[in-house]
Amino acid sequence: MNGGEGRTAEGRGVLRLEKVRIALGSRLLVALDAAIGPGEVLTLMGPSGSGKSSLLAFIAGFLDPVFAASGSVTLGGTDLLSLPPERRNIGLLFQDALLFPHMSVGGNLAFALRRERARDAATRQRLVEAALVEAGLSGMAERDPATLSGGQQSRVALMRVLLAEPGALLLDEPFSRLDAELRQQIREFVFMEARKRQLPVLMVTHDPSDAEAAGGRVVELGA
Amino acid sequence: MLRFAPHLAVLVLSAPILCGLLATLLPAFGYFPVLGGTEFSLDAFRMLLSQPGILRSSLVSLATGLVTTAVSLALVLGFFAAWSDTRFFARIQHLVSPLLSIPHAAAAFGFAFMIMPSGWLMRLVSPGLTGITRPPDVLILNDPFGLAMMAGLIVKEIPFLFLMTLAAMPQVRAVANQRVATALGYGRMAGFLLVLGPPLYRQIRLAVFAVIAYAGSVVDVALILGPTHPAPLAVRLVGWMNDPDLTRRFMASAGAMLQLAISASALVLWLGLERLTAGMGNAMALSGRRRLEDRALRYLTGAAMTVSAGLVLAGLVVLGIWSVAGYWGFPDALPAGWTLKTWQRSLTAMGGPLLNTVTLGLFATLGAVAIALACLERETRMDRGATGRALAILYLPLIVPQPAFLFGLQMLFLALGVSGSYGSVVLVHIVFVLPYVFLSLSDPWRAFDRRFSHCAASLGAGRDRIFWHIRLPMLLRAVLAAAAIGFAVSIGQYLPTLLIGAGRWPTITTEAVSLASGGDRRVIGVYAFLQMGLPFAGFLIATLVPVLLYRNRRGMRV
Repeated sequence: MNGGEGRTAEGRGVLRLEKVRIALGSRLLVALDAAIGPGEVLTLMGPSGSGKSSLLAFIAGFLDPVFAASGSVTLGGTDLLSLPPERRNIGLLFQDALLFPHMSVGGNLAFALRRERARDAATRQRLVEAALVEAGLSGMAERDPATLSGGQQSRVALMRVLLAEPGALLLDEPFSRLDAELRQQIREFVFMEARKRQLPVLMVTHDPSDAEAAGGRVVELGA
Repeated sequence: MLRFAPHLAVLVLSAPILCGLLATLLPAFGYFPVLGGTEFSLDAFRMLLSQPGILRSSLVSLATGLVTTAVSLALVLGFFAAWSDTRFFARIQHLVSPLLSIPHAAAAFGFAFMIMPSGWLMRLVSPGLTGITRPPDVLILNDPFGLAMMAGLIVKEIPFLFLMTLAAMPQVRAVANQRVATALGYGRMAGFLLVLGPPLYRQIRLAVFAVIAYAGSVVDVALILGPTHPAPLAVRLVGWMNDPDLTRRFMASAGAMLQLAISASALVLWLGLERLTAGMGNAMALSGRRRLEDRALRYLTGAAMTVSAGLVLAGLVVLGIWSVAGYWGFPDALPAGWTLKTWQRSLTAMGGPLLNTVTLGLFATLGAVAIALACLERETRMDRGATGRALAILYLPLIVPQPAFLFGLQMLFLALGVSGSYGSVVLVHIVFVLPYVFLSLSDPWRAFDRRFSHCAASLGAGRDRIFWHIRLPMLLRAVLAAAAIGFAVSIGQYLPTLLIGAGRWPTITTEAVSLASGGDRRVIGVYAFLQMGLPFAGFLIATLVPVLLYRNRRGMRV
């Protein structure tokens, strides 16, 4: 299904937003021009209702049709907006881990692991286990995701996104459900993995400490 | 392919009805070449109107539709007003919900076994309270005014309206609005009815129309509980339709048009009633009267609801007892002996009908679930919600009286040479199963957290993969529950199976109803018990499969 034709948004490249405008009715919510380089983090801050999440939905391809959006979004030079969501190669993390409840932890990861990476079951299983080790969850492949702690679920969610080998990461308030200590730990884990893979990261948050930890540029969106 | 799913659904729901109506209309006016009618005439109507007691049959049908609907709706809304959000309400809800899946014929038999002069109610109080040792010689069943039939229909339609109202409650922000009314000092029932009554009614209006049409044209319940001389119109129509004298079909078709007119008149009268009620409600709301003294009415609605559900449930128990009863003399509350003889005797005879019932139910359910899933998936992919028009088409098979289009459909199939074929019976079952499957599946489907699909898509999963690996398995419980409802609906079909199947595909339901005139309570007990056992088995499977499949998945529990 995920054949070669059309899947062009790969490789380590710059996530570039040009003249992006998102409006709801006559109200302009977002107006943004930005270029996010590999391994760089751009943080968008703003109160709820300021259109932060609609920007991420726009980039990933899920914007509700009630919004009107224009502009161009490219990843490594490839136009994203002309591609269907499943070919955009954009990793999404929400504030909930959203692990598929009917699959095991390993099943969730295998769902994301690309066929191009490994086709035979044994290799796939090995790669899933390696991802779990990286997240400090070795041996948990058969576990029910609902029995993991909040922090463990967040780490599985990140590994799931990374196994799909995205070209960029979008983070939608990904730490807001975690308590302070866990939050810092997961935050470090996410940014470290993103830097290691040289991914451009766009994060929306209303927590200044997230922006501080990210260490990159910060853009404020008006209400 | 998926693009055509909505068209297919519209075709399945409306084509048989429109073609059927047309094919009933033509012979009603004398034109039906296959039966030798080549000229238009009013002879069929003349013959129809000269039938003895035709006016009375028509009036009974009209009254049954209106009275059944008015009483069951009043009881349901009154009960919601009096008890919603209480522990008593939850208890009644658990009692009432399973009753929806019981075929009408089985419920009617159970009801008959309760209220007839030698029924269980009389046995419970005899001879202790009444002193009688012989069944009293009064006409309770099959009374000339159709009161027993109306009562039987009321207790069976209450679960339907109850569940439809329950499903509408979240959409009218019931709790919040009720609190506002209470804070303004309104009594519980007045506050509920004045504030939530109108929006709730708007949500369930099509379901109410369906009850009017159904009760006014029902055949199986009328055969069991209804008047006999003359019988309600629909019953007489079916008699003429099945008459060996094929020319009687012209009159039957004319009668089906009369049935259509009666159902339409009932609807028009109901619309008038709606206006009247709305006017009275408005006046009451404007008067500012708080009506705090509603305690008596509250207990009354509570009692009526309990009695209604209790009668159906007890009736089912009595059916079960009769099926294993040995000698059971009159005022004894229980049989003197127990035996499996009736079951042994019946089982050999009912192998064929049992097989027909199950396979028809499975094929019809499979077809309906596939169509419903395709439509909903198409809706999800197009990011569009349902329109009011779509909902109206969904209710079409439930609002057009069955004889009005089934007669024509049968003759159409006859003319096409597929009369009585297995496929045609499956098709007509789908027409009635699909609305229920769609209605029960659409709410959970639309409530699905779309972020899961978004997650999967951003991981590179295409739309088909998301459907088969994410949405379908996560909604498995809802899909199977809808399938179980569809299966129950199929099992309960009497007239479609009889007419379209041309009697060649007897089911447990058609066999049970044909036993009504014989009056062998033990055999009736066996058939009616099976009638409710099959839907129950369906629900059991629909509940157990997800539990077993997801026994190690805490996130999949309700």
